[in-house]
Formats: sequence, C-alpha cells, structure tokens
Amino acid sequence: MLADVWLVTDKDLRIEWRSRVTLSQVVPFALTVLVLFGFALDANRGVLNAATSGLFWLTVLFVTVVAVARSTAIETADGARRALLLAGIEPAAVFFGKTLAVALQLLGVEILMVGGVLVFYGTTVESLPLLLATCAVATVGIAASGTLLGALVAGVRARETVLPILLLPLLAPVLIAASRAFDDALGVLAVDGWAWLGLLGGFGVVNAALGTLAYGRLLEEA
Amino acid sequence: MSAGTAGTGTGAAGTGAAGTGTGTMSTGDRRDEAATTGSRGTRLLGLGVLVGVVALILLGFFAAPADDEQRDAVRMIFVHVPSAFLTYTALLTTAVGSVMWLWKRSRWWDIVAHSAAEMGVIFCGLTLFTGSVWGRPTWNTYWDWGDVRLVTTLILLLMMVGYLALRAAGGDENAVATRAAVVGLLAAVNLPIINRSVEWWANRTLHQKSSLTDGNLEDLTLFTLFVGIVVWALFFVWAMVHRFRIGWLEHQLASVELEAALVQRRAEASAGSAEEASL
Amino acid sequence: MSIVVLRDAVVLLGRFPALSGVDLEIGAAEVVLLQGPNGAGKSTLLRLCAGLLRPHSGTSVVLGHDLSKSRAVVRRSVGLLGHDTALYDDLTVTENLQFLARAARIELEEVGSALDRLGVAARLHDVVVGRLSAGQRRRVALAGVALRRPELWLLDEPHAGLDQGGRDLVDGLVSEAAAGGATVLVASHELDRTLALKTRRVTVAGGTITADVVDACAVDTDSVDTDSADTDSVDTDSVDTDVVDACAVDTDVVDACAVDTDSADTDSVEADVTGVAGGRGS
Repeated sequence: MLADVWLVTDKDLRIEWRSRVTLSQVVPFALTVLVLFGFALDANRGVLNAATSGLFWLTVLFVTVVAVARSTAIETADGARRALLLAGIEPAAVFFGKTLAVALQLLGVEILMVGGVLVFYGTTVESLPLLLATCAVATVGIAASGTLLGALVAGVRARETVLPILLLPLLAPVLIAASRAFDDALGVLAVDGWAWLGLLGGFGVVNAALGTLAYGRLLEEA
Repeated sequence: MSAGTAGTGTGAAGTGAAGTGTGTMSTGDRRDEAATTGSRGTRLLGLGVLVGVVALILLGFFAAPADDEQRDAVRMIFVHVPSAFLTYTALLTTAVGSVMWLWKRSRWWDIVAHSAAEMGVIFCGLTLFTGSVWGRPTWNTYWDWGDVRLVTTLILLLMMVGYLALRAAGGDENAVATRAAVVGLLAAVNLPIINRSVEWWANRTLHQKSSLTDGNLEDLTLFTLFVGIVVWALFFVWAMVHRFRIGWLEHQLASVELEAALVQRRAEASAGSAEEASL
Repeated sequence: MSIVVLRDAVVLLGRFPALSGVDLEIGAAEVVLLQGPNGAGKSTLLRLCAGLLRPHSGTSVVLGHDLSKSRAVVRRSVGLLGHDTALYDDLTVTENLQFLARAARIELEEVGSALDRLGVAARLHDVVVGRLSAGQRRRVALAGVALRRPELWLLDEPHAGLDQGGRDLVDGLVSEAAAGGATVLVASHELDRTLALKTRRVTVAGGTITADVVDACAVDTDSVDTDSADTDSVDTDSVDTDVVDACAVDTDVVDACAVDTDSADTDSVEADVTGVAGGRGS
C-alpha cells in the first residue's frame, strides 16, 4: 500500500519536474496575485497588514484550483486514467499518492509565498512553528479534498468551471481557520492559533476519509 | 409578507404540477396512468397544504400578536424557521440518498437525492432571504457576518448550487449520480466543520439563541410557528413527491428509449450483414 | 475453461447501446479476430472484457469473474492496447514501463527485455514519450502489455501506425502469447495482416455478433504452432513452408479463406513466422 502511494506520488512529481508547470506558471501566478492585492488595497500598510493572512490563504485557494486541475489533467490525457485502472493499484493508494503530490507542490508554493509576503507586505513572523504547522496541516486537507474533487470532475465536459464552484465553498472553513491561525502566527490578532489548527486537522481527516472511500468509484465511473 | 410568499409559492407549484402532468402526457404514447405526477394521495395532500396555508395566513397575520421588540417583523419566523428546518431536512435526505446510491446503486434513491437537493436550494434561498429581510428592521442590517447560522447556511447554499451545477453538466447517468452523491456527502460531512469554523470566527452570535425555547414568544406566536412548520413540511413533502415522480418518469422514459435504441442498434447489424451478403 | 463468456451482454455508453446483446464464448489459448465496420462495437467489446465498463444487462464473465461485480480483479489479469496508448507524455519510455511494472509487482529487469522484444531501440529508452513518433509510441504501449504477461490480451487495431517490422513483431507477439496459453482478442481492419494469426473470426455489427467462423486453415496454423513450439528454432523455417502449404490446400476448400489469402502475399506470412522465431529467440 505505502509503496503504491509513493509510486503514484513519485510519478506525479516526476511529471511535474519534467513539465515544470508549477514552477514556471503556478508560482508566478501566486506571486502576481499577491502583488495585485497590494495594489488593490493601496500601499496603505495598515489595511494590508491586517488582511495579510486572508489574502495569503485566498491566494492558496486559487493556486489549489490550478494545481488540482493540472493533477487531474495528467490522468485524463491519452487514456492514462485507463492505465491507472488497469495497472491494478488500489484506488485508495492512488488517492493518497496524488494527494501527497499536490500537497508537496502546494507547500513549495506556500513557502515562496511566505517569502513574498515578508518582502511585499512587510510582515513579520512571531511564531514560526505555528506558521509551518498551519501550512502543513491546512495543505493536507486542501490537497485531499482537491484531489477527490479533481477525480470527480475528470469526466465532466465543463470541468474547468465546475471544479472551482465545487472546491471553493468546500474550502471556506480552511480559509477561515488557516487565516486565523496565521493571524496568530504573524502577531496580527491575539487568537489561539493552535485551536484553529485542530479544526484544520479535523477537516483533513474527514475529507481524506471520504476520499479513501469514494475515490475508487469516481475513478471507475467518472 | 410571509403569507404572500406562501400563497404564491403553493399557487405556482400547483400549476407546475398540472403543467408537468400534461407535459409528460404530450411526450408521446398514451401511458395515462404512469404519465402524471399527480395521484389521489398527492391531491388530498395538496388540498391539505392549501387549507393549511390559509390557516397560517390567518394565524400569522391576524391572530398572532406583534412582538414588543421586533414588532411585525417577528411574523417572518413563520417562514424563516420552517424553511431553515426544511433546508437541513433536505440536506439530510440528499445525504441518505447519496449513500444509498453509492451502496445499493439504487436509481430510486438517486432521484430522491436529486429532488431533495432542489428542494433544499429553494428553502435555503428562502431561509437566507427571510433572514436578511428580518435582520434589516431588527439589527438594522441585511447581512451580518456575525450570524453563525446564516453564514453557515450561505456556504451550504453555495455547495448545493454546485451540486445542481454538477448534475446539470450532464454526462453518463451513472457517472452523474456517483459524482453528485460524493458531492452531497461532502456537503453533509463538512457542515459541522463549517459551522464550527464560522462560530469561532464570528466569536459571538447575533442570532436569536433559539426562538423556540427562550420563552420570549407569546403562546399564540409559538402555536403559529408550529403550524407553520407543519404546513411548510407538508408542502415540502407534496412538492418533493411531484419532483420525484418527474425524475422517475424521466427514468422510465429513458428505459423505453433504450429499448427502441437497442432495436435500432440491432437493425444496424442485420443491415450490415445484408450488405455483406449482397457483395 | 472459458476465458470469456458473454450472454446477451448489453453495454451502454451514456444512453447509446454500444453493445446491443453480445453472445460470445472464448476458450483458453484461442486467438480471436474481431472484425466489422467502424462503430460496430469492437472497441467497446474489448473494453468490456478488460473490466473497464459496467455491463448494463446480460451475463458477462471474464476469467471466471462476473463483470457486474468484480471488475478490479479482471483488470489486473488482462492487457489492453487501445486507440490511445495510455502512456504519460512527460515520463520517459523506461519510466512509463517501470511504473507499470512496479504497480503490477513485476521485476524491473523485465522492462528492458519487453522493450527489446518490441524493437524499441536502446537510444529511445530515456526519451520522453511525448517526443516519440506514433509508431514508436505504439511499440512502447505494446511492450507495456507484454510486460504484464496478461492471461487475456485485448488488442484494438494493434497494427495501426506500425511499419512492416512492427507489424511482424505484433503478429509474433500474438502467436507467442497464444502458444504460451494466453487468450488473444484482436480487433482489426487489416484482414491481410491478421490472416496469418487467425484461428477464429468473429464479425461484429450493430453492437452484436453477426458471424462467428472458425477457419479451416486456422486449425492447421494451430497445429503447426504447437509443432513449432516443440521444434528447435533452427527447424522453424522448414515448418513455415508447411504452414503456407497447408493453408493453400485449405484455400481450395474454404472460399472465405481464399479471398483473404489472395491479398496476403506469401512473403509476409513467412516474415510473420520468422518474427515468431525471432521473438522466441530473444
């Protein structure tokens, strides 16, 4: 099982490394959005500072839509989904493998974005452990639900538009929770960031569990 | 206001049912019995709903007194509370239907899930509408981000709209059912998390703690509210039955069409072999 | 034991009955040629047998498993070559096959030999699949099927886009698989090609079976096949002549066969069998 999970992750990351979609398109996209938020909220540092956590995670959600669409495209091109079915890998292993690959890519983008926020928004970090833990836990939940919905829309004709309208409302609690945890980590608000982290964990567990159960059916039928 | 919504609501649905009845009949063969969504039971039920609505209008607008603080706006709860209750009933029904489709592959449950989701969107919209209209005179704002239940319900509405959009996107029937079932389940299992996150986020809640239990309401108002819940629930069941039957008729039509398609497809075969023989 | 048992099998693609009631029984080690016009349902039949489609009605049992229930088990034991090659464009040839090998718990060393057998040059092994020509791609995909040593081979137009050498290799591969006890279903338009390896021809039209002929020469090919399996590779050439002769004799008897044999030049038949020998040798 674990070997199969890694097999799928390794494959997806290799493909990413070859095509460099994340590196050459997603990262610039994320940084552009951050910069544009800077323009939209003026150079008024007060507003920007208060809004940093929310803007950061909103950008992550946009990036997620792009990353999941890409992760899905790998399996829909040239009958690769069929190959995945015929290969005889457990659907749950495929699910976790793809989730892990998406999560690792998102984490990479997030780390670069933290750098961007520090530079452009003049943010300071108060609690690095909380910041990193938030990124890690939130990203697992985001990647799990994203991968599940990615497989779900794989066979839909208008999947480019259906994916965001399904994914973004679902990620609303992640946006709320991760932003508040970041508020704490960046010292913007005096809230208990670690409690929010628990909520993020709950989100991840619930959606990963549902994904484990449903992924096979979606792979086969969608 | 509430009575107006209720009256037009039932009226429109009533004509809607008649319309669909003739609609299915006109699609072709005279399968009179099957080709209508009405039956003696639903007509009786519909009549009951009509009577109930009249009673609710009388009770809600004339019998029940205005509230000391909320004034006439309190009458909104005769629509607001029942529709909120029915929104979550619909979501639960969709979730059960989704599980049954994934588990038993039962088309019946798939149609139940779909019908309930449509009803859910209607009642969810009604909940948000009445909530914000009620909020205007009471809190002096249409929308308050501090109201946990309303914000949660808004996110739910967005997810259910996504559910229907996914259904509308079409494709292979079985695939659509499976996709929709997973989305229905996602919405249901994430609801507690959404609610919790909004609650912590808002930190405090403006929402009436619970209109039913805090004893602020007059007895007659409370009674009217219960009548409202019963009447709206009956309407829900009535509309649901009709919506379900439309879905079921579509399913049957698909089966009939399939038989024709099979005959046509097999005819291709004999045409092909005849051609071959003549060569 | 029957490898494929279909009774009135109906398969829907959306609402379209791509298969409108197929009755087909295929035994172990049979080589079956599926023929029929475009849109007849050949590809759907292959995908059904691969466990990729849920039958709508009727009985569908493949390798002893009911397709309406346990398709995942079936999928592990079949090899399907479809119209699309089901390879990842951004992975190299070796990486693609290693992925398949790891997933199927096959030794990685076999990847090299599978590629060799399909004549994929060593210089291509580390090239990204997206840069290969259509023919090279197809060879790699075939190597992927061969690698898995499936019990049931399902080949959809395997000769399409291949050069002469590639086509010979395909024929060799099929004969070899059948000799090794595997069952092979080939959907093909190229009658002249597939004649060399036919045993049984099934005609599909309108999503159902319209003809099912066991060719007389097929029986001969079969027996010769077994012969050649026993004979040393040195002797194979002489046996080849027998095959052609046997067929020629049959030609007089069976009309349908004669038509096909005319279009198939004797050279290619010989080449095919040489391909078999070559394949075995490596």
